[in-house]
Amino acid sequence: MNTLKPEDAARQEYRAGFVTDIESDTLPPGLNEEVIRHISARKEEPDWLLEWRLSAYRHWLKMREPHWAHVEYPPIDYQAISYYSAPKAKGDGPKSLDEVDPKLLETYEKLGIPLREQEMLAGVAVDAVFDSVSVATTFREKLAEAGVIFCPISEAVREYPELVRQYLGSVVPVQDNFFAALNSAVFTDGSFVYVPKGVRCPMELSTYFRINASNTGQFERTLIVADAGAYVSYLEGCTAPMRDENQLHAAVVELIALDDAEIKYSTVQNWYPGDERGVGGIYNFVTKRADCRGARSKVSWTQVETGSAITWKYPSCILRGDDAVGEFYSVALTKMRQQADTGTKMVHLGKRTRSTIVSKGIAAGMGQQSYRGLVRIARGAEGARNYTQCDSLLLGDKCGAHTFPYIEVKEPTAIVEHEATTSRIGEDQLFYCRARGIPEEDAVNLIVNGFCKDVFNELPMEFAVEANRLMEVSLEGAVG
Amino acid sequence: MLKIENLHVRVEDKDILKGINLEVRAGEVHAIMGPNGSGKSTLSNVIAGRPGYTVTEGRILYQGRDLLRLTPEERVWEGIFLAFQYPVEIPGVNNTYLLKAGVNARRRHQGLPELDAMDFMRLVREKAKLVELDPSFLARGVNEGFSGGEKKRNEIFQMAVLEPTLALLDETDSGLDIDALRIVAHGVNQLRSPERAMVLVTHYQRLLDYIEPDVVHVLADGRILKTGDAALAKELETRGYDWVRKEAGI
Ligand SMILES: Nc1ncnc2c1ncn2[C@@H]1O[C@H](COP(=O)(O)OP(=O)(O)OP(=O)(O)O)[C@@H](O)[C@H]1O
Ligand SMILES: [Mg+2]
Repeated sequence: MNTLKPEDAARQEYRAGFVTDIESDTLPPGLNEEVIRHISARKEEPDWLLEWRLSAYRHWLKMREPHWAHVEYPPIDYQAISYYSAPKAKGDGPKSLDEVDPKLLETYEKLGIPLREQEMLAGVAVDAVFDSVSVATTFREKLAEAGVIFCPISEAVREYPELVRQYLGSVVPVQDNFFAALNSAVFTDGSFVYVPKGVRCPMELSTYFRINASNTGQFERTLIVADAGAYVSYLEGCTAPMRDENQLHAAVVELIALDDAEIKYSTVQNWYPGDERGVGGIYNFVTKRADCRGARSKVSWTQVETGSAITWKYPSCILRGDDAVGEFYSVALTKMRQQADTGTKMVHLGKRTRSTIVSKGIAAGMGQQSYRGLVRIARGAEGARNYTQCDSLLLGDKCGAHTFPYIEVKEPTAIVEHEATTSRIGEDQLFYCRARGIPEEDAVNLIVNGFCKDVFNELPMEFAVEANRLMEVSLEGAVG
Repeated sequence: MLKIENLHVRVEDKDILKGINLEVRAGEVHAIMGPNGSGKSTLSNVIAGRPGYTVTEGRILYQGRDLLRLTPEERVWEGIFLAFQYPVEIPGVNNTYLLKAGVNARRRHQGLPELDAMDFMRLVREKAKLVELDPSFLARGVNEGFSGGEKKRNEIFQMAVLEPTLALLDETDSGLDIDALRIVAHGVNQLRSPERAMVLVTHYQRLLDYIEPDVVHVLADGRILKTGDAALAKELETRGYDWVRKEAGI
């Protein structure tokens, strides 16, 4: 059986908690126009982008941090955060993996993400973002053959300025919300994807985000454009070392699907959650939104959220094109003192637009879990339909689950269905498994995985396995 | 194989079992009959290790060891199986996957290599055939949407896969149609052997027409009031339980 000492067990729970000892080029803490100019200059950005950042910053100064979510945390001192940190590169950025610092490759290997192409799962291209910069992108040539652009967004700004300028901020405008404005002002890197007309992206694309440096915020920006008839499946994974202070992560993801295009966006979020007493952990304030601009376009968000001290995240779909489809499949697990306020927004503008929401929340320990979902059906969205299913599972009696559905229907021909359940993990289900020879912890995993199955089924194969394993690790010791 | 001595069990401040003595030897089939609420399921559950029951007095020996010190899963690994009176549904958990996890946990405990998916599927298909369980049930969620009778048949299927040394069947015959009863009895008889023992909790003689018991007990008011052979079950069928109570002076 398990022979770990208790102090090891505590450490073992978060397996991505190590720190990479690497020299980095980090700006001192603080935020002002100078810092923004500095970031922009360091990235050799065109003037329009600097102006865009500055306008976002000026909006942000007039905005206030939102506090409507069901989460509690001490005030964030935005002047105590460093807004730029990059591992020191030898000269220019790496041209190939051979030029990437071996320590970085090792870091990703430890996380189970080998970047060396020959060792990789066939068919997944990876962009690795370490603190503020992208350190490696794999399979670029193979993608280029198909006409797919997959590169760090900072590079896209230089290489494909027209595309970036056309779409950046077109889904999440700079003044959209406090955290999005902050991100627009200071974003440092992230991934850019463009799939041209009629192209089915030949492999899964994925980005792994890693926060390493201390006192550093991560503000990545992801922009994915699927042109008419294109298809792409994109995976996002995240980890951070264990640190006693809280770290801020405020990302923006924008997806654009034109006529008949489809984007499948999957996230496995495993940022450091803090310890049992609630010390440390990532504050995850993320704005993710898809614009289903074209007719018959489709966007599907699948997320497995197990990390972060605080999660504030509502991947949304604007269903603008007629017959557009939006989907949101979510599993969120909160344990110890984690708090998650997550859900989605489905805004139906086009005719016969359809959306499906399946949310599975699991709370253990003293975890707090809220589902917040908005379904808005505008006048004229004839025949629009939404189906929402929202289930919560409680493990223990000190945790909580809450549901906040907002439904606004202005169109009489629309149909909206909402189902919600809350249950406690059944003693009799647990005993049934044990009476078939399954040890108690495995039985909990089995039942929780069963509860999440509808969502895990939506994940690409490699991620489904990872999600299962992650749930297992996260549940270790979660049930007393 | 199983020896229960002066067992007293309390559930939520209520004394349910009040001094049970029972010995089951290898190769034997025992039937336990008795009125509703008399404690038959309580006894089966305590043997299987269900949490929530407090043993206030007495002990249970299984193969000479103190059974009450083992966790429920350890009891399964040592060869005990309980077919539930009310099998629960576990949505989303594949029926076969559950069994595979159980079988392999036991094999690990026994120091045997785990069965891989292929070998396990072979085993499962063979056993499904034995209890005439439609293979489509294998891929479904555990008891998810099964009818009452299907759940019972699934229990017997699980028993066939786990091949226990001591099987406890808690009213597996209730709710079965005539064909299913025959099939279940067949599954049980297949498992009968000189090394194995079985305890059948039942209300009806009709199961015992198929599975002849060596010993029949009447459990009422938390005690075993009478023990006899197969003829006792037939007598109970015609006369009910009152005379047993009177005879015992209750
Ligand atoms: N968790 C519990 N809380 C309170 N009382 C309980 C609990 N479990 C069992 N009991 C009581 O214990 C008594 C015995 O129950 P048990 O289920 O063992 O009866 P049984 O002999 O199996 O009955 P049946 O033939 O109806 O299945 C009943 O009076 C029942 O109400
Ligand atoms: Mg009973």
